[in-house]
Amino acid sequence: MKRRSLFLNTTATMGFIFLYAPMIALVVYSFNKSKLVTVWGGWSLKWYGELFRNDQIIDAALLSFKIAFISASVAVVLGTMAGFVLSRFRRFRGKMLLAGWVSAPLVMPEVITGLSLLLLFVAMEGAFGWPAGRGTSTIIIAHVTFCMAYVAVIVQSRLSQLDETLEEAAMDLGAKPSSLFFLVTLPLIMPAVISGWLLSFTMSLDDLVIASFVSGPGNSTLPMVIFSKVRLGVSPEVNALATLMIAVVAIGVTAAMYQMRRQAKLLEKQG
Amino acid sequence: MSTQTGSAWVEGSGSRLAKYNIFKRLNWGRFSVIAVPMLWLAVFFFIPFLVVFKISLSETAIAVPPYTALLDWNLDEAFINLKLNLGNYLFLFEDSFYIDAYLSSIKIAAISTVLTLLIAFPIAYMIARSKPTTRALLLSLVILPFWTSFLLRVYAWMGFLKKNGLINEFLLSTGIIDQPLIMLQTDFAVYIGIVYTYLPFMVLPLYSALEKMDITLLEAAEDLGSKPATSFFLITVPMAMPGIIAGCMLVFIPAVGEFVIPALLGGSDTLMIGRVLWDEFFLNRDWPMASAVAVVMLIVLVLPIMMIRNSQGKEEAV
Repeated sequence: MKRRSLFLNTTATMGFIFLYAPMIALVVYSFNKSKLVTVWGGWSLKWYGELFRNDQIIDAALLSFKIAFISASVAVVLGTMAGFVLSRFRRFRGKMLLAGWVSAPLVMPEVITGLSLLLLFVAMEGAFGWPAGRGTSTIIIAHVTFCMAYVAVIVQSRLSQLDETLEEAAMDLGAKPSSLFFLVTLPLIMPAVISGWLLSFTMSLDDLVIASFVSGPGNSTLPMVIFSKVRLGVSPEVNALATLMIAVVAIGVTAAMYQMRRQAKLLEKQG
Repeated sequence: MSTQTGSAWVEGSGSRLAKYNIFKRLNWGRFSVIAVPMLWLAVFFFIPFLVVFKISLSETAIAVPPYTALLDWNLDEAFINLKLNLGNYLFLFEDSFYIDAYLSSIKIAAISTVLTLLIAFPIAYMIARSKPTTRALLLSLVILPFWTSFLLRVYAWMGFLKKNGLINEFLLSTGIIDQPLIMLQTDFAVYIGIVYTYLPFMVLPLYSALEKMDITLLEAAEDLGSKPATSFFLITVPMAMPGIIAGCMLVFIPAVGEFVIPALLGGSDTLMIGRVLWDEFFLNRDWPMASAVAVVMLIVLVLPIMMIRNSQGKEEAV
């Protein structure tokens, strides 16, 4: 028994090293003075300075943040609706279809999603004159479509774990469907809605393939700029950028975990 | 009993009109809550596939957009002309380049999926068997990389695998090798990239399956003289099967169409269909051919999804 758990712990620890070693290396080398990534030239913040002086990266980052914010906000509304319908509504014609449409974007290869949306936009422009050209709005539509699937899945799984008696009680006390949702159900699923928003935001911020298909000229998002830089080789500025992004995520996740722990402890005390 | 009096009270206090209104509003609200996401997905997810299919049947043209129309009509001269071009599909099956690309994508995705499963299983098993407090920490350690940029995580491996990258530097300095290994721009790098970026998708379903498993089953097997390896294959693996299937599906299907990983880590000879589609579209600007590639990829991928769904349905029915 002991020997087996030793084996298990060793392999699992190696798995964690595999997960984290490349990121740690990236962070360390972002402080490297030397331009040659492998030669250690001493600690320096040089590449962070270069990063903030690079207008192309800054502009692309601002555009990406804008797109991610709008996409996540729209996706969270549509995804919550879809998740709610799938878990709380009785059978209706098309429910299976909706379930399929919601889960398919999760596994759909990005090249297919990107190409098909681009061709749709081109066909729509030919038929109705909208969208005129491609740019920010077409990227947002594309991102909403694949992000809402993630939101729907998260919300649906949260709703299925939820005790339905609270909602039933509100219904018995005469709550209208809309107030039932906004006053009872929504507060209960709020953690899922928030994590759905955050996930949508990061996925939108990260998307290269779909955005490349549906964006127009002069609308390069951050991943598109990173990709064109990185394709030619390792770039110290990208190391600095990656470190900043890893730092933000690490702080965010740590804060969320701390909050969750505190809530769990509070609940324990009450119980 | 209390619920009955509750609803009776509502019915009693409201006039017929009020009840009618609530009834009406409920149905209208219900309708729009269903219709809005459904309409969005119909327009921006389902219809695009029909458009792709349509354009895969047209011909390339030097025009904006760069393809010919399928349907030509002129009502004054009273003719409708439907022209379907199967040339793209014929070319797809005649030219071994495309078939090789499909086969090699499936091979690369399948090998990566198995490797991911082998690495994810001990991690998921350890998390499921650990104390509840450490469990939350370990789970978030698995999920954390998932929140950072996918593109940057692939990029991180470029610095690791390069000819003068960290792995080679380390191995050279310790004297294990005296020539740097060529790792970047090989299929090996693509396997690593896929395993690395898709690992959380495998760990999470495995964990949720293993967590539900009753550990006393293993104890009972041990008491009855079963060897650990036998119990593992006869009890743990079958119990984890739903998680294994879900995890493999979540890794295999997107991996087949992967573009970023072969583009950054693979060599020029790493043939993957996602990359072929990308080049067909962005380099050759052949939209109809890119569409035909997408349609066939979709057909290849829809079949495994259906088969897996059916097998799951059968298991639940039994």
